[in-house]
Amino acid sequence: MKKVMVGNHAVSWGVKLARAEVIAAYPITPQTQIVEELAEMTADGRLAARFIKVESEHSAMAACIGAAATGVRAFTATSSQGLLLMHELLHWAGLGRLPIVMADINRAVAPGWSIWTDQNDTLAQRDTGWVQLYCETNQEVLDTTVQGFKLAETVDLPVMIVLDAFFLSHTSEPVDVPDQAEVDAFLPRREARLKLDVHDPHAFGALTTPAVYMELRLRQQEAFDRAREAFAAVDREWAERFGRGYGALESYRTEDAEIVLVTSGTITSTTRHVVNERRARGERIGLVKVKMFRPFPTGPLRDALSHVPAVAVLDRNISPGHGGIFAEEIRAALYDLPPGRRPRIDGYVVGLGGRDVTPAVIEDCLERTRRSQAEAAAAAANGGAEREIAREDIWVGVKP
Amino acid sequence: MREMRIHGRGGQGAVIASKLLASAFFLEGKDVQSFPAFGVERRGAPVTAFLRVSDGPILLRCEILAPDDLIVLDPTLVQAVDVTAGLKPRGSILLNSDQPPEHYARLVRRFRVATVDASAIAAAHGLGSKTQPIVNTAILGAFAAFSNLVSLESVCAAITEDVPTRAEENVAAAREAAGSVRICAAAELHA
Repeated sequence: MKKVMVGNHAVSWGVKLARAEVIAAYPITPQTQIVEELAEMTADGRLAARFIKVESEHSAMAACIGAAATGVRAFTATSSQGLLLMHELLHWAGLGRLPIVMADINRAVAPGWSIWTDQNDTLAQRDTGWVQLYCETNQEVLDTTVQGFKLAETVDLPVMIVLDAFFLSHTSEPVDVPDQAEVDAFLPRREARLKLDVHDPHAFGALTTPAVYMELRLRQQEAFDRAREAFAAVDREWAERFGRGYGALESYRTEDAEIVLVTSGTITSTTRHVVNERRARGERIGLVKVKMFRPFPTGPLRDALSHVPAVAVLDRNISPGHGGIFAEEIRAALYDLPPGRRPRIDGYVVGLGGRDVTPAVIEDCLERTRRSQAEAAAAAANGGAEREIAREDIWVGVKP
Repeated sequence: MREMRIHGRGGQGAVIASKLLASAFFLEGKDVQSFPAFGVERRGAPVTAFLRVSDGPILLRCEILAPDDLIVLDPTLVQAVDVTAGLKPRGSILLNSDQPPEHYARLVRRFRVATVDASAIAAAHGLGSKTQPIVNTAILGAFAAFSNLVSLESVCAAITEDVPTRAEENVAAAREAAGSVRICAAAELHA
């Protein structure tokens, strides 16, 4: 059944189809519609869940942690300042290995007070032990939400579903809503390996001495390593059942590409438009979309980019004092490729605080990389030094 | 691809209108994308909403700066905000107004203009209050008749499907507005 719906409701429908059993959330723009819809679904009986009203995002995550520890399927949603307030408990869920699923609407952080999109809220949670999956369309939002529960429960890790404020959260577009019975076959009831149970008592999160803490961390790291293949398997099964798959990474028209743009989130769609126009004019331009940020898809990225002369990474985020975060991570992932297979990587910071990323902005980035690539090629032809890799990221679409 | 912008005031239903129109086009097999102006809404303040319609997949995910068509839910907005900003040459404007389109002489010179008294029609069907009628469904009926881009039947089907209360009155208002839209004679020449 196809329905025209906003991205927020695509999350709600995904949670309903996944039969989440406990939902605890605190409202924040632009996430509120997710929880409103789930509250309604719970109230009218369409979703058999316990809906817990809480007084803060910190408490919302605490409630999800408690619920998930008892073996049930738990969900929350937040954005920006709300996610930042959760920070302490994100670690608790992560290292507690609790398969909670959370949707975060990417919203810039204050001050100045902003409700518009950028990725700094979620990227600030990079090291909290959550899988992070970024979405491009409302269909992908619904699909990834259901997939997220299966992935989380397969590797015992919490999963964050990430979508852009307004460009997805408040944008209506057609979404295919799968049949409940088919989703039930894909995602059976959660079977927790360990849980809080009065008949079989365990203690979780007790004092962990230097004798064992490091092993706890190693198990977590190993789970993230398994999450790469686990996501591929979940995504493959989803594609077999529902005809749609996404991959941790997607290469779009990269065959013979001289320049590949790397994007995440909704900038990806507009970049597809630019790539299509350039290809129609015979230009060898391609796109790589990064969906999975944690675990980082290092192998697929090396495969996708190692044959490309020049790469332009568009970052809707900034690590102050360093640069665009995807660009930095991609440079690190590709650094030890042999020099002949290592692309030049230009980083561009765009679209912060909801600044519109139009085709013109993307073309500006593309032309800058074309010029810098031509300069590098000319220098190499003149016997110049080895091609420079790390450069300062360029801010595009800003007032001087 | 066709891009449209809807102007209204907070409480008139501009955002819902963009969603209903998206659903109507979707029922006719188009790909659609609708969204409100990204900001903070207040009752009575100017509000805008947007719609993209295409035969193929819509890839642009950025704001609409040069629309093909405008729908204006409140005639006082014509003085209050630059409603025609970015509107393509010979683009269309549908105004909720009790005046004939020729009343808007400056608009008629540059654009295809139509008017419909959606406020009176909505009030007659008991939608909203006499002083603050909810005009969004009426004006969509008029849009179907004026634009020929989407059928009145699709608009009515979208209303029936998506409007949670008083769907029948809303459909009746849309049908009445479709029958009473006034199209500027010059507009027909342009078309």
